[in-house]
Amino acid sequence: MEKKVQGRVHKYGDDVNTDVIIPARYLNIHDMDELSLHCMEDIDPKFVEKANPGDIIVAQDNFGCGSSREHAPVVIKQRGISCVIATTFARIFYRNAINIGLPIMECPEASERIEDGDEVAIDFATGVITNVTKNETYQAAPFPAFIQEIIDAGGLLNSLK
Amino acid sequence: MGMTMTQKIMAAHAGLDEVHAGELIRAKVDMVLANDITGSSLVDYYEENGFDHVFDNEKIALVMDHFVPNKDIKSAEQCMACRSFAKRFGITHWYDVGEMGVEHALLPEKGLVAAGELILGADSHTCTYGALGAFSTGIGTTDLTASVASGETWFKVPSAIRFVLKGKKPAHISGKDIILHIIGMIGVDGALYKSMEFTGEGVASLSMEDRFTICNMAIEAGGKNGIFPVDDAAKAYMEGRVDRPYKIYEADPDAEYEATYEIDLESLEQTVAFPHLPENTHTVSEIAAMEPIKIDQVVIGSCTNGRMQDMRQAAEVLKGKHVAPDVRAIIVPATQAIVKQCIKEGLVDIFIDAGCSFNTPSCGPCMGGHMGILGPGERCVSTTNRNFVGRMGHVDSEIYLASPIVAAESALTGCISGTKLD
Repeated sequence: MEKKVQGRVHKYGDDVNTDVIIPARYLNIHDMDELSLHCMEDIDPKFVEKANPGDIIVAQDNFGCGSSREHAPVVIKQRGISCVIATTFARIFYRNAINIGLPIMECPEASERIEDGDEVAIDFATGVITNVTKNETYQAAPFPAFIQEIIDAGGLLNSLK
Repeated sequence: MGMTMTQKIMAAHAGLDEVHAGELIRAKVDMVLANDITGSSLVDYYEENGFDHVFDNEKIALVMDHFVPNKDIKSAEQCMACRSFAKRFGITHWYDVGEMGVEHALLPEKGLVAAGELILGADSHTCTYGALGAFSTGIGTTDLTASVASGETWFKVPSAIRFVLKGKKPAHISGKDIILHIIGMIGVDGALYKSMEFTGEGVASLSMEDRFTICNMAIEAGGKNGIFPVDDAAKAYMEGRVDRPYKIYEADPDAEYEATYEIDLESLEQTVAFPHLPENTHTVSEIAAMEPIKIDQVVIGSCTNGRMQDMRQAAEVLKGKHVAPDVRAIIVPATQAIVKQCIKEGLVDIFIDAGCSFNTPSCGPCMGGHMGILGPGERCVSTTNRNFVGRMGHVDSEIYLASPIVAAESALTGCISGTKLD
């Protein structure tokens, strides 16, 4: 995992659910490149067009609520999103993101202050989120050591090998 | 400090005397479940990682229910992948067309889940089995793969919210109204990361179907699991289905709860969740005071409300009547045993005479798979569990979540409406 990332923010609100992240009607597609063309389709139809590798998703409460589909963090990662910042994450999405190596951070202050289009830099080692556009910094809580070990191993399945 | 019911089951499966909220544990699993969508991803992950064994071929259930009977070629390929995986590893609990049902109705019915057990499922509604006093929760494909390979997983021990059910549930109120009322009260993240433990003298007035429905939707409040105490009704349900010893756990009297809510069952009203979140609830008397909300479709079925009681209640409302013009009513019983029972009790005649379609078990329309997709601007009253944007079809369609009684009455009137059973 990259230690530092920087990108432009795509901002969303509360309860961004897995049905809008990747609608179930596409879940018969197993090619993740192809599937990721539908990422965020039902909440932001232009997302795939406008999101560049390294960009960051910022949302508010309960990001990833709904189904257990791991396709949701997988397609976000596949589009090159470098991190998802939210006030809170739904628990299955949280586990799935860690397990597949999509960086996520819980940081209420960042979720509140960062706006769509802001340029944001993240230092995963320190948990410091820098809003380059607004010249502000926010501190995210570090991962528990147990979860950091899964991330460092490159995901849960690698940690089992 | 005492433990909650959920914490006791976790401790037992982690080989520990006690666990505390926030602690990270490794626990053994009694059953792991996947469906055609998540199961075929499991097959992909097995291939990519070169795994060549499963932890126990008798403790894995593969149920082909989401895009089944197959809606298209890609869905057929997903089932083909699951089928060869099941053959390769000798998976005992393999359910294909003809035997399959909606997974969370099927597993309890077949006795594959029981009190005190720890069950993981690669489907968010795996929390359903808490109705039997089990700990069960949904996971993604990576956790699924790891638990199928190792028979273990890790957990952060959850804290809990307690819901004390008071009084006796009236006949026209169902588990669906109770859980929608709760989600309306605490919100779609009101139980985030937490257990929802249901208790109180009112539990005795709930059928097992009501309890399955309530636990099924714990995830819609963000809950890790929902769980009921094991009483005579739960034991009677497991009798003749569960052929192994099971263990009954009770919460300690001094167990710690982050919050306790008292729910007066007698004062509850039939409740409907409006688009586009399960927390947007309104009672039927509030709805009666609004402009009529005309609907295009009704769906009665799913892992939430496709069980026998749901079929009987819908039939009671529909008997001798006919659905409103321009309303499509789609009934999807959850398992083959329920289909047979509907035939035996004459419910199929009632449904068809009322102008409903009666279908083979499938998750079908619930997540916009097939068998009832909505077009732009269409409105559906559905007994399913989620009313997110685009869940059942077009992004501009609308889903109203309700009980089978409310859904059936709405099919008759053509507008969202409640009714008291005679």
